[in-house]
Amino acid sequence: MLKNYFKIAIAVLRRRKFFTFISLFGISLTLTVLMVLAAFIEKVTNPVYPGDKNSRSLYIKRLTYTSKKGWINSGGSSFYFLTHYAGSLKTRVKMAIVSSNTSSNAYVNNKKIVIDMKYTNADLWNIANYQFIEGKPFTPDQINKADRVAVISERTRNEYFGDAVTVVGKYIEADNISYRITGVIKNVPEIEEVFYANMFLPYTVAKSDYRNKDFWGDYSAILLAPSEQLVTKMHTEYEQMVTRIPIPDNMKKDFDTLHSDADTYFETFTRGFFGNADNAGYARFLLFMSLFVLLFMLLPTVNLVNVNITRIMERSSEIGVRKAFGASSKTLVYQFITENIILTILGGIIGVILTIIILQVINSSGFIPDLDLTINPVVLLYSLLACLFFGLLSGVYPAWRMSRLNVVTALKAQ
Amino acid sequence: MIRLQNIEKVYRTDTIETLALNSISLDVAKGEFLSIMGPSGCGKSTLLNIMGLLDTPSKGDIRISDQKTDHLSDKQLAQFRNQKLGFIFQSYHLINDLQVLDNVELPLLYRNTTAKERKELATEALAKVGLSNRIKHFPTQLSGGQRQRVAIARAIVGRPEIILADEPTGNLDSAMGNEIMDILINLNRNEGTTIVMVTHDENMAHKTHRLVRLFDGSQVQ
Ligand SMILES: Nc1ncnc2c1ncn2[C@@H]1O[C@H](COP(=O)(O)OP(=O)(O)OP(=O)(O)O)[C@@H](O)[C@H]1O
Ligand SMILES: [Mg+2]
Repeated sequence: MLKNYFKIAIAVLRRRKFFTFISLFGISLTLTVLMVLAAFIEKVTNPVYPGDKNSRSLYIKRLTYTSKKGWINSGGSSFYFLTHYAGSLKTRVKMAIVSSNTSSNAYVNNKKIVIDMKYTNADLWNIANYQFIEGKPFTPDQINKADRVAVISERTRNEYFGDAVTVVGKYIEADNISYRITGVIKNVPEIEEVFYANMFLPYTVAKSDYRNKDFWGDYSAILLAPSEQLVTKMHTEYEQMVTRIPIPDNMKKDFDTLHSDADTYFETFTRGFFGNADNAGYARFLLFMSLFVLLFMLLPTVNLVNVNITRIMERSSEIGVRKAFGASSKTLVYQFITENIILTILGGIIGVILTIIILQVINSSGFIPDLDLTINPVVLLYSLLACLFFGLLSGVYPAWRMSRLNVVTALKAQ
Repeated sequence: MIRLQNIEKVYRTDTIETLALNSISLDVAKGEFLSIMGPSGCGKSTLLNIMGLLDTPSKGDIRISDQKTDHLSDKQLAQFRNQKLGFIFQSYHLINDLQVLDNVELPLLYRNTTAKERKELATEALAKVGLSNRIKHFPTQLSGGQRQRVAIARAIVGRPEIILADEPTGNLDSAMGNEIMDILINLNRNEGTTIVMVTHDENMAHKTHRLVRLFDGSQVQ
């Protein structure tokens, strides 16, 4: 039976090449877009290198003041603020404090290269799992002594010194200051804001003084909880502490509330796009994504319904014949839905192949450096399920209409 | 075998009401070969469709093999048609997307049969109509006469007790028509299949056991 459905499905698809093409194109393109997007979101929000302890970490980035009058003022956090307040949390075991990147210029053989620099404390090397091609991180001792030492990325090494040379102990000059190299790490994707840089320096050598008592500054913190279970506790502890932080005198006149949040890695993204100082935007993100996927999938579905309905007239003779020879309405509904599912699954398979190709192209094009996009098996599964679901959906109504055709009218229609 | 009692069929459209059949009562005996004749539009096809349970009468009663048919559900109707009836149409009504063999297998698909059985039975039926060498062809690659023979093979593959044929030779020349007619006569003679055939051809009609004439929806002979 199924084999027969398959035969007729393939025959119909081949006969109506144009419609088949349009339908398959719609389905596979939609899936491709969704899966590439998912691969992207997945990679961006779940870095494995170097942030391999994300499930145990919380991130503090923005510091925001609001007033009852509706004024909002937001900026990064200062080194002082982070060490003083986040640093006093009982739950955390480690805390990396890293600055945002500043780009500086270096010249090699009269060629300018741009280096993204990041200032950090020693815990970054413990929280993130940077892979050292050679050398090692600078030590807490070197940081305390404000030594001019640096860890550089493979890319910067290649640009500055040339490929595959040993550089530990050599000096690199950026913005007219020389730093002694202690290690070289594998490149980090630029999109991983907190972890990415081409040159890491001790925070003690930063131009802006880390002792400045202003709350606003250039830094973010990564808090590491002892275990995944304690992340929530750490979050609550920080939340409660923030409510007790006194607002600095120079801010009191304009603002009455201070906001600082310890977010999961994922929330740092959703807060940026969908949230605000009070709301991590996670729920909104989910809602937005579901709506987006639904609307996006609706297009090929409506298209399929349309194609299917136009096919009814064309196939009415077949329906009449099948009924005359013993097909019940129910059997015909099954047949038609099966055909539709075959079509959508074909579309799904093409979509997966297209996705693999596109991801390969994106990965090898260097469009986003060091980002290695892969198909997520969970997303793949959901995509195929979505395919099935929409295949059913787009088949049910036309199939129902088809099966209701009166035999005599159906036979006459030819 | 088939008993029609006071069958009436009215077609209603927005503007007119057509009385396509006017109190027809007819008995077809088991093993009988009956032909129906009459001018175009007199209701022959309508009558045949009602006998084949493809259409329902506006009034009246149909019994097939002493079984009342008016209360059957869609599923039961389908099963009934599948087991007892075989149809042959003037314009063949083959499924062009399927090969000859698959077309002939069609009625068996809606029964409990294995693929192997289906293939055997279909091949056998095609042999009976002399088309053994065309099983992999598609209907569009066949002549009219060949297509009608495929349609006959499809109608007989499930060994129905009754075959209903609506102008089976209507689209064919007389030589082809005679060949088709011979197949039907043999089927009636050898297998005892009850056949009801609508025709415009007096010669064909005279080869059958009995002739019923319709005029304007009423039986005149
Ligand atoms: N679906 C319908 N709606 C309205 N009127 C119909 C319908 N089907 C048939 N009729 C009418 O019923 C009458 C009988 O039609 P039928 O098809 O049974 O004629 P016929 O005897 O088979 O003619 P022919 O020899 O041309 O095939 C005709 O007047 C036709 O116009
Ligand atoms: Mg007719």
